[in-house]
Amino acid sequence: MSAVLPAPIAPTAAERAEGVWHAAWRRFRADRVGVASLAVVLVFFVLIAASALGLVAKSWQDEVGVANAPPTFVGPAPAEATGAIEVPKGPNVDLSDIDPLAPRYKEWDERAAKLKTTAAAKRETLPLGGDRFGRDVLSKAVKGTQISVFVGVLAAIVATTIGTLLGAFGGFFGGKVGDFLEWLYNVFESIPGILLIFAFAAVLGRGIGTVVIILGLTGWTGMYRQVRAEFIKHSTREYVRAAEAIGASPLSRMFRHILPNISHVMLVRLGLLVVGFIKAEVILSYLGLGVPVDAVSWGTMLAEAQAELILGHWWQLATATVFMAVFVTAFSLMADAARDALDPKLRGLE
Amino acid sequence: MAAYILRRVWQMVPTLLGVVLLVFILFHFFGADPSVILAGQNATQAQIAAIRQELGLDQPLYVQFWIYLKSIVTFDWGRSWATNEAVSNLFATRLPATLTVMVPILVLDTLLALPIAMWVAYHRGTLADRTIMVITTVALSISFLVYIIVGQYVFAFQLGWFPVQGWSDSVWRNLVTYVPLPVMLAVMVGLAPQTRLYRTFFLDELGHDYVRTARAKGMTENTVLFKHVLRNAAIPILTNIGLALPGIFVGSFLIEVFFSIPGIGREVLLAVNRSDYPVIQAVTVYLAVLTMVINLLTDVMYKIVDPRVVLK
Repeated sequence: MSAVLPAPIAPTAAERAEGVWHAAWRRFRADRVGVASLAVVLVFFVLIAASALGLVAKSWQDEVGVANAPPTFVGPAPAEATGAIEVPKGPNVDLSDIDPLAPRYKEWDERAAKLKTTAAAKRETLPLGGDRFGRDVLSKAVKGTQISVFVGVLAAIVATTIGTLLGAFGGFFGGKVGDFLEWLYNVFESIPGILLIFAFAAVLGRGIGTVVIILGLTGWTGMYRQVRAEFIKHSTREYVRAAEAIGASPLSRMFRHILPNISHVMLVRLGLLVVGFIKAEVILSYLGLGVPVDAVSWGTMLAEAQAELILGHWWQLATATVFMAVFVTAFSLMADAARDALDPKLRGLE
Repeated sequence: MAAYILRRVWQMVPTLLGVVLLVFILFHFFGADPSVILAGQNATQAQIAAIRQELGLDQPLYVQFWIYLKSIVTFDWGRSWATNEAVSNLFATRLPATLTVMVPILVLDTLLALPIAMWVAYHRGTLADRTIMVITTVALSISFLVYIIVGQYVFAFQLGWFPVQGWSDSVWRNLVTYVPLPVMLAVMVGLAPQTRLYRTFFLDELGHDYVRTARAKGMTENTVLFKHVLRNAAIPILTNIGLALPGIFVGSFLIEVFFSIPGIGREVLLAVNRSDYPVIQAVTVYLAVLTMVINLLTDVMYKIVDPRVVLK
């Protein structure tokens, strides 16, 4: 039988069917909005990498300007009338015969003269203004971008990992395992998200790592649902049964055969999670349950900005808002474009 | 129908048990020792031991879980550790304020988003559609926090149209004076995602054959949109409202904190900051029950809206 079969012809590059990722990239490149937003996101990631490596915004905690220094394009703040009591003119009363410290003044002056003091020149204006300690808002925003995006991305990866593992086992095996996981899902789903986050925050404490864990542990349900549905659909497909026939183990079928075929679905969901978690981090940090005070994120910047705004210092609020709005808009548009490119059926629906 | 509801209620039991177990595990194994929290900074070992005994923390785990379960079933949620106020009393006094703010938000959000979404979906692909989509994308990317900070500053502090914050005992006065600004800000924030979501529902329906058939029969566009499309889109819309409904009982933490509204959200946040475990545990369990009941009601509503739905 095999003798009559013609030798298989190795497919040339042109003949080979286009892979799903190639096709998706081709469609993505045609989407101008998608490409532009990808560029913006890449710029942000370069900035984040530079900030993480200490190339920029390393000294964001330095008090380089005067307190609440206005942005440079606004110009220095007008000198305020302090309304202090007038300094009396005329000679001081000589108290040296009753002042017990009088004999030592000279000695102290001499000792003080030996020490060199440098008054750090504080700048009147900073590129995008300063906060109430005179820290540079631009550096803070760059560092804050690093922390906020880091929290969002890492939490999304944690949630994706949990959701994918549970979804894969639930969808592939079904039965008792599936029932148990469905029960777990129902338990997590029946508690409103923000409340679940609060309950976790109440017991786990504060800190950047904790925020990542809390968001990851509470945000996996959507991913679980989707991965489970995909696994149920795929586990009876022919290619999986063929893999089973040649002796592939269940784990190999799940993660070497099915997982790559549903990775585009996961990628789209991951993008949504990142945006959601970045927003959640901002609100948690504002409420004092997120990033600690010695770090900076968009949330802690906005929390400080509330008190500043009442005094008319709007620059920290504006900077944090613009950084966040630009990143989140670009990231959402990129995720939309990626979804359209990966799943053309959905194009233009949302 | 009755059998269906009974079966669904019966199915809630394991889920509810899971919620209770989750809360129990979370606070028991990961939370700080309650006796240390309660005893305060200058407690002696004997005081801590006494509190442990009082709370039953020296009992074996399954006994503690049993005590906890019993307290939930008998609605005896204990007292707040911080204020010694009964948790049930806390609910009763804080819920009205939360509902006064949240119900108008949900109603206005839905009533505004539906017509906008339908209009945009109908004019799909036009300049107006794309403009609104761009506006919603940008609006979505700005944090709720910014809306509240700026809104409170501009409308209350600078322009003085509304009080900056406050609350009174009269519902009417609250609705007229204190509620409008927070509701307006929350609706502004909620409108963008709702519009986008409802637009996809309407787009989905507008592509169906029955729409073309209705048009071919010579029906007016209004009839097509409001009698056919709206009714068919009702199920996803109802699902979405059902998902939002439990939220009105938690309240918006941010709004209640910013506008000093004495609601449940602010109370929960206070409890989290004070490690007031009984309050957090009770709110979590109570909201889980509420969510399940609302889910059931939503499913029953499907049947009323769409007679083709078979409840099984």
